[in-house]
Amino acid sequence: MEGMAIRLQGLRKSFGETTAVAGVDLEIRDGEFFSMLGPSGSGKTTVLRMIAGFEAPSGGRIELAGQEVTGLAPFERDVHTVFQDYALFPHMTVEQNVAYGLKVRKVPKAERLVRARKALAEVRLEGFGKRRPSQLSGGQRQRVALARALVGRPRVLLLDEPLGALDLKLREQMQVELKALQREVGITFVFVTHDQEEALTMSDRIAVFHQGRIEQVGTPAEVYERPATPFVASFVGTSNLLEGESAHRIVGTPGTYSIRPEKIRVLKESAEADQPEHATAVGTVAEVVYLGDATRFLVDLDAGGRLTALQQNLETSSEDVAAYRGTRVRLQWHRRHAVAVPVPD
Amino acid sequence: MALITRTAGALHRRPRLRLTLLLTAPLLWLAVLYLGSLSVLFVSAFWTTNSFTSEVVKVWSTDNFHELFTVPVFRQVILRSIGVALAVTALCAVIAFPLAFYTARVAKPKWRPLLVVAILTPLWASYLVKVYAWRLILSEGGLADWMLKPFGLGGPGYGLTAAVLTLTYLWLPYMILPIHTALEQLPANLLDASADLGAKGWRTFRSVVLPMVLPSVAAGSVFTFSLSLGDYITVQIVGGKTQLIGNLVYSNIELNLPMAAALGTVPVVVIVLYLLAMRRTGALSSL
Repeated sequence: MEGMAIRLQGLRKSFGETTAVAGVDLEIRDGEFFSMLGPSGSGKTTVLRMIAGFEAPSGGRIELAGQEVTGLAPFERDVHTVFQDYALFPHMTVEQNVAYGLKVRKVPKAERLVRARKALAEVRLEGFGKRRPSQLSGGQRQRVALARALVGRPRVLLLDEPLGALDLKLREQMQVELKALQREVGITFVFVTHDQEEALTMSDRIAVFHQGRIEQVGTPAEVYERPATPFVASFVGTSNLLEGESAHRIVGTPGTYSIRPEKIRVLKESAEADQPEHATAVGTVAEVVYLGDATRFLVDLDAGGRLTALQQNLETSSEDVAAYRGTRVRLQWHRRHAVAVPVPD
Repeated sequence: MALITRTAGALHRRPRLRLTLLLTAPLLWLAVLYLGSLSVLFVSAFWTTNSFTSEVVKVWSTDNFHELFTVPVFRQVILRSIGVALAVTALCAVIAFPLAFYTARVAKPKWRPLLVVAILTPLWASYLVKVYAWRLILSEGGLADWMLKPFGLGGPGYGLTAAVLTLTYLWLPYMILPIHTALEQLPANLLDASADLGAKGWRTFRSVVLPMVLPSVAAGSVFTFSLSLGDYITVQIVGGKTQLIGNLVYSNIELNLPMAAALGTVPVVVIVLYLLAMRRTGALSSL
């Protein structure tokens, strides 16, 4: 069954003079883990709020499962939201919070309780039902918010930067759990984030937002390996662009090219290219950054421009890499990893 | 300069001395003037009066309290006073809620501070001026009569209703302010979350807004209730022949001071009980 969970057509939103969303067309499939990635102010959260029904679009159309819902109130849509700051009701217990949606929908009390407990078990919070949200840690509140949104088994779950308030360790753990949970319940997840790593690790597909528009939609690998615009190339992963005259000289044809740092090998200047499909460029190491597991080399090319290369620290130590500073090197990469990036006019 | 530094340093090293210096004066004030006079009131309530000379006889007796509960007039007045305080509180809550909802959530944010000032303005006017204004409004052929005339009705005239109306007007700001603050601080996200989970407006109001604002209503009611219970001037001016506890205290002060003291104990006890009841709602922590 390959239905469409969400279809957006020409969606726009202005707040007074400012345009938050400037025409968004998007289709999200049933059962997909879909991320909306972009910097703050790129319009991703506004799109999410319009799907939920909290904001009325200034133009365009929203469909949920083939039904137009553009003008409907939030309580008329089969979507639930996990809010950035969780928005748990402070005067209710955890169990009451989770059961709230069922109570509103007039599910009998006994069934409500059973389903709330089951939802709490799904997010590994058994036995926390009688507590108040104020007695929980940030990670636990996050799980309550998830359980509350999932218990009614909506068609679509909207998540508005739900991991933003958690510390790094907890965030990485929640990323894995969230993905597993989504696979288990099979509900379409629409996940808003500004963290490209988060989007890459969790999503089936990603839409990259920039200035109220979508720059690219694709799988994590597509977005990362074949960025469609210079913005995507720089926002997802480290910006590494060859432009203008130096691009022409090194690649052979004019244009703008994106090369991911980990695709570039750092060789001695005297080294020859291994194979004909390899391209090389010589330059001077301007800076060396030791990252622990890897080292980042910033190389000023003789042909002009600067490239970043990332090397795994297989045998090197931080003292070894420091010696590279100021030395002459040859950078080498496979020609197919220099991806032509169309520059919008 | 050096002396100041040295003194400051000495104080810094002696937190207990610091606290003593800070609190001695206010604690003395509280203990001697406030608690002291309260205990004098309470103790003198157990004395009696020579009924010929009106002189206080310092003989221990519970007669005064016995009278409070057995003499019908006293009982009536006490119940009436509590009834007035409750009615004023209920009226204030009913009027204040929509007003506060408007000032805190509906009105444009730039108008809100102005509206709050407008609510507070009556508190700056003299109490007596406001009560006499109400006396004029409620007088025969006054504003109330004139406005109700087209509907074939008349104003309430002076009496219990007039007293309740005037007291409601007087204490309304004390109820609006805490509710306004609570509504203003209510996170918009919670309202979104409620709608998101399927709740329509009325349900969200009942299940989210009201329970979260209720402690503040209770906090406001502490003001309206105790202020109403202690008032005796308003009722003299617009209450006609109506008597409340305060009036009985006032009329007994010359003739029977211990009785006045016993009567004066009643609102203190009632308010303590009221505070205990309100504490359960969490009102005191939202003051």
